[in-house]
Amino acid sequence: MPHATDPPAHGPVPDGAPGPAPRTPDGAPATAVRSRVALRVNGVHHELDLDHRVTLLDTLREHLDLTGAKKGCDHGQCGACTVLVEGRRANSCLLLAVALHGCEITTVEGLAGPDDTLHPLQRAFMEHDAFQCGYCTPGQLCSAVGALREAAAGHPSHATAAAALAVPGPAALSAEEVRERLSGNLCRCGAYPAIVRAVTDAGADAAATAAGAEVTP
Amino acid sequence: MRPFAYVRATSLQEAADAYAAHPGSRYLGGGTNLVDLMKLGVETPGALIDVSRLPLAEIRELPDGGLRVGATVRNSDLAAHPLVRSRYPLLSRALLAGASGQLRNVATTGGNLLQRTRCGYFQDLSTPCNKREPGSGCGARDGLHRDHAVLGHSEHCIATHPSDMAVALAALDAEVELYGGAGTTRRVAAAEFHRLPGDRPEDDTVIRPGEIVTAVLLPAPAPGAVSLYRKARERASYAFALASVAVVLDLDPGDGRVRRIALAFGGLAHRPWRAAAAEARLTGAVPDPGAVRDAVDAELARARPLRDNAYKLPLARHLACDAIAELTGAHPGSPATP
Ligand SMILES: Cc1cc2nc3c(=O)[nH]c(=O)nc-3n(C[C@H](O)[C@H](O)[C@H](O)COP(=O)(O)OP(=O)(O)OC[C@H]3O[C@@H](n4cnc5c(N)ncnc54)[C@H](O)[C@@H]3O)c2cc1C
Ligand code: SF4
Ligand code: FES
Ligand code: FES
Repeated sequence: MPHATDPPAHGPVPDGAPGPAPRTPDGAPATAVRSRVALRVNGVHHELDLDHRVTLLDTLREHLDLTGAKKGCDHGQCGACTVLVEGRRANSCLLLAVALHGCEITTVEGLAGPDDTLHPLQRAFMEHDAFQCGYCTPGQLCSAVGALREAAAGHPSHATAAAALAVPGPAALSAEEVRERLSGNLCRCGAYPAIVRAVTDAGADAAATAAGAEVTP
Repeated sequence: MRPFAYVRATSLQEAADAYAAHPGSRYLGGGTNLVDLMKLGVETPGALIDVSRLPLAEIRELPDGGLRVGATVRNSDLAAHPLVRSRYPLLSRALLAGASGQLRNVATTGGNLLQRTRCGYFQDLSTPCNKREPGSGCGARDGLHRDHAVLGHSEHCIATHPSDMAVALAALDAEVELYGGAGTTRRVAAAEFHRLPGDRPEDDTVIRPGEIVTAVLLPAPAPGAVSLYRKARERASYAFALASVAVVLDLDPGDGRVRRIALAFGGLAHRPWRAAAAEARLTGAVPDPGAVRDAVDAELARARPLRDNAYKLPLARHLACDAIAELTGAHPGSPATP
């Protein structure tokens, strides 16, 4: 049975599910340079009229007033813009909003529960003091949420040993695994040791909860 | 960035028709390279034809024991697939050694193959570059070229191909399937898909205008063959290869001689470099360290390093020798295995 935290099998856009919006049948030239784009962001439905050049990051920050996701490099090199698209982490600076028509997006603003209970990773970051200036933190958090889901779904990493690569199963996250899996998120303040501790802790808690859930019906 | 039209294709033919209707357009996969290059002004398509939602996201086992990987399968899903992990571990390893978790979640098989070089001059409109602007010159030849090619380069271009995945595919004798419109498809060996720059550095690959990558086909693995991918880079993760090596090795369990070896280098040339000379020397030989070093040296003797990148030769030699030594030790047919 699929686990609640499984990343969808194919991402970040639902496979074979083209939305009704922009397409031109029969190869007729499309000339419009803007389109109507529907996005569900942190559970709220939005319909936007966007220039095709607008990235998901700029949509969030400039059009939806969600400034949690940060612009560090705007070229996929720092991870500050990381959000979850259809439950999977992605660099929002390299995604065109128009290509995400119909997608579900979660930003750092959407990680806490409805009653503002912080996400376990947010609590772990506070407990371990896993930031200094905080600029990279929203990206680190979204990336960590995605990384823990990937580990639960059995995704390997460069740090995964040969035996575990050959026999798929949920991956336990050592500090080395966390460092590798979060290498797409840079921290200029160098808060890495505390970030690794926070994510390793939260990962162990999540794994224990998942194991507990299996024995308790 | 130049304004552009956007077409979301729902079938291969629709994508091909849209290309015909928009000369100079680009297909959009995950966009992790194309959108970046559009921001830099290197790519200026008048239209994007989104192929990322075509029904090509499947990994399917073939009747002959091979595997068909659809062009829109994301890099992370390919690396995590149970059959890839167990039968083609070097492919999982190569993918996992590339980019970051976020990027691999988005990057597609087709887009990974067709990603452009990371040469800094190619990405900088204020400098000359024959690949970006044929005839303008090559900024890297007398400039910063530590990361550039040592094998197979030309006076026109010394760029390397950045893909890790493509190096593994070259060693696996994979094929790339291309759709050319009107129901026509063709297949090209992955090792022949990328080209050497010659006097046409603007063409990275043998793909024809408008063709769509539909799949990568992996042949059935030889029983008993072992493989690995090894990458050297400037930091431990999230960096392109300075040099890398993909090896598939099949030893005769009786006498420990090499039945078959495939050796491909990454980071050294304009395409994944199948080391044919080294392979020929090692086939039928006992792969002891001396024989392996001689074979690898015979291959690298063809290199023409530039002012600042001769370090790549000992780096590549060590990567290849260590990789083969590790596989020889691990091989079920190895005399070293109890
Ligand atoms: C910071 C950073 C670090 C990176 N590090 C590495 C690394 O270490 N190793 C590595 O290998 N890669 C690395 N990459 C590159 C990454 O792997 C590529 O950007 C990615 O694989 C491209 O796939 P895509 O689907 O996003 O392609 P896109 O950006 O969508 O497309 C790339 C090209 O392919 C064409 N195209 C796409 N799909 C098709 C198709 N089906 N048919 C025909 N044409 C098509 C597009 O028109 C475009 O020209 C890195 C990238 C970044 C930004
Ligand atoms: S090496 Fe190739 S890509 Fe780089 S500047 Fe020279 S011509 Fe351009
Ligand atoms: S802003 Fe997107 S990766 Fe740096
Ligand atoms: S806390 Fe300042 S960049 Fe990470």
